[in-house]
Amino acid sequence: MTQTPPGDETPAEENENLPLHRPGGTTPPSPPAEATRGERRLAAGVERTGMFGAQTTGDTSGYGRLQVRQPPPLSSEPPYGGYFDAVAQALGAALQAAGIGFSDAIERVVVDRGEITFHVRRERLVEVADKLLHDPALRFEICTGVSGVHYLDQPDRELHAVYHMLSITHNRRIRLEVSAPDADPHIPSLTGVYPANNWHERETWDFFGIVFDGHPALTRIEMPDDWLGHPQRKDYPLGGIPVEYRGTKMPPPDERRSYQ
Amino acid sequence: MTTHVTGGATDADEEAAEGRVYNVAGGDWDHVVTAGDFDRAENEQIVVNMGPQHPSTHGVLRLILTLEGETVTEARASIGYLHTGIEKNLEYRTWTQGTTFVTRADYLMPMFNEAAYCMSVERLLGIEDKIPERAQIIRVLMLELNRVASHLGGIGPFGLELGATTIFLQGVRMRENVLDLFELITGLRMNHAFIRPGGVAQDMPPGGLEAIREFLRDKAPRMVHDLRKLIDANPVFLARTRGIAYLDLEACMALGVTGPLLRATGLPWDLRKSQPYLGYETYEFDVPTQNTCDAYGRYLVRMDEIEQSLRIVRQCVDRLAERNVPNDPVMIQDAKIGWPARLSLGPDGMGPSPEHIAHIMDQSMEALIHHFKLVTEGFRVPAGQAYVPIESAKGELGCHVVSDGGTRPYRAHLRDPSFHHMQAVAVMCEGGNLADVIPAIASIDPVIGGVDR
Repeated sequence: MTQTPPGDETPAEENENLPLHRPGGTTPPSPPAEATRGERRLAAGVERTGMFGAQTTGDTSGYGRLQVRQPPPLSSEPPYGGYFDAVAQALGAALQAAGIGFSDAIERVVVDRGEITFHVRRERLVEVADKLLHDPALRFEICTGVSGVHYLDQPDRELHAVYHMLSITHNRRIRLEVSAPDADPHIPSLTGVYPANNWHERETWDFFGIVFDGHPALTRIEMPDDWLGHPQRKDYPLGGIPVEYRGTKMPPPDERRSYQ
Repeated sequence: MTTHVTGGATDADEEAAEGRVYNVAGGDWDHVVTAGDFDRAENEQIVVNMGPQHPSTHGVLRLILTLEGETVTEARASIGYLHTGIEKNLEYRTWTQGTTFVTRADYLMPMFNEAAYCMSVERLLGIEDKIPERAQIIRVLMLELNRVASHLGGIGPFGLELGATTIFLQGVRMRENVLDLFELITGLRMNHAFIRPGGVAQDMPPGGLEAIREFLRDKAPRMVHDLRKLIDANPVFLARTRGIAYLDLEACMALGVTGPLLRATGLPWDLRKSQPYLGYETYEFDVPTQNTCDAYGRYLVRMDEIEQSLRIVRQCVDRLAERNVPNDPVMIQDAKIGWPARLSLGPDGMGPSPEHIAHIMDQSMEALIHHFKLVTEGFRVPAGQAYVPIESAKGELGCHVVSDGGTRPYRAHLRDPSFHHMQAVAVMCEGGNLADVIPAIASIDPVIGGVDR
């Protein structure tokens, strides 16, 4: 990394996020919050490999300006193999008949470990589910509920709702995944298409704070009605108190020494 | 007029909407009866809180029933009284320790929870085809024994809730025999943590197969026969269950209902047949169905499934006895994943075997380091997600696990069948008699530990 010498008027073509010394007495742009942690995460690029399972850059020099590249999001190209191609084609045809392009509704498709995941744009979730249930070539009769996941390190798509669909007619399984930013945690409710999702959406609201728009009665289901916060989010602590065991105090699980 | 049988604030808006409201708590009805303006109008409604402490709600389930006379006009199930945060806790333990948590979810079918969780972890690790054959057979054996125990834990209390203590005692007596087998094989009657990622915790103990054979040869068929003789044509049982708690195929599909409830509508949907796992395609068994869609049909399906499960257990025992493989492993032969120690029973309980302790403490520094790393830190699981469904005793039990590449689950979620089936309570009960709520709940066979997790 080179510093721009004072008086050099050539426009800086370097990364504007790096706190460089600027000519003319202009204040340097404040470093992003990540830089204070000694790293900066980039959305795409080569996958990071750290040593000893380091959670950050693995940079122990104290220099602290290494750039961490997150692994690019998985994406698969057809053919997907097995019945996955038939499902994707039937879904594309059904959406086309309704005047929706496949890529308008489906962000990307991931085939991993023998399971297929359709990443659906949240605006199109209800239409996609409706086609999955009613199209004779798809017929996913059972939605086995929704599982929330809170990805802290995916900016603007922190909250994910994961649906597992089962077709008894065709004996197939697929997965739908929808994401929403933490700042706008709204995902349309599937209760109109799959009534079975009623309680599971309440559970996901309860635990993750995802608001399912259109749900008939989105109230807490597991936690008490007056509970504050959404316990299964990653920024919600596990809690607990030290426990005395055989003469020593054991700290709660999230405060113990962690080997990882 | 509305009478709230348990306490609650009487509010002016409520009175304006519903007419005169009486609140009765603690069973004292005197002031309602003596009230001068007591209105015995036709549209009198009573709201009853059944539970969360009620002997026939299978744990801490709370039902809010609105009654007009004896007719239930509205049934609302309220859950959450047994929420223990199992899924959140899993995120703070290693992948192996997770087994000890999931086994406590639906405590009447611990083996199924363990199997679903471990199989999903194995899919994440990509080691599904490396699980030793012997471990797979032992898993099937334990799952089918657990299916028997779980169904008996449903049928026995079913009888008790209808007022028949004999059915309960007969059911529990047979379940006790299965739990004795569990105790012999795993050391525990429940919360086993026996199935682990990569295999099972340990091999069958000496005398284990003989004990199962003895149970299968004499006790089990006689006890099943006794139960069937007691219940199948029992006029009281028939009157309380036939045509009660009707739930047809269409409702099952809409509500995500699987398992014996679905098979009582005539659809032979069983994941062991349709999407086989653990080598179920190599076992001989039938999928029993009924087409009555009612509580009695569900009882018959469960009873038939007990017989089919015993059939599978018999095949498992034969396979284990016939196997002639020296040092037949029950844990994956991958030192980076498989538990380093053979477990054995010491004077202070289950622990690493004395030979293993001697090896790591006296002979090999590397073995000590390896043991320490694997036990304290655990193994890493490649980032990704997996969902593995299995046919549990109560329906489709799935485990959705997400890994960020670390030594702990990033997220683990159990799709418990009871959770979905509880949504069907309203469909089954509304419009029926108050007395029919009890067989409806019992025929679902919910376990609140699994519902709330």
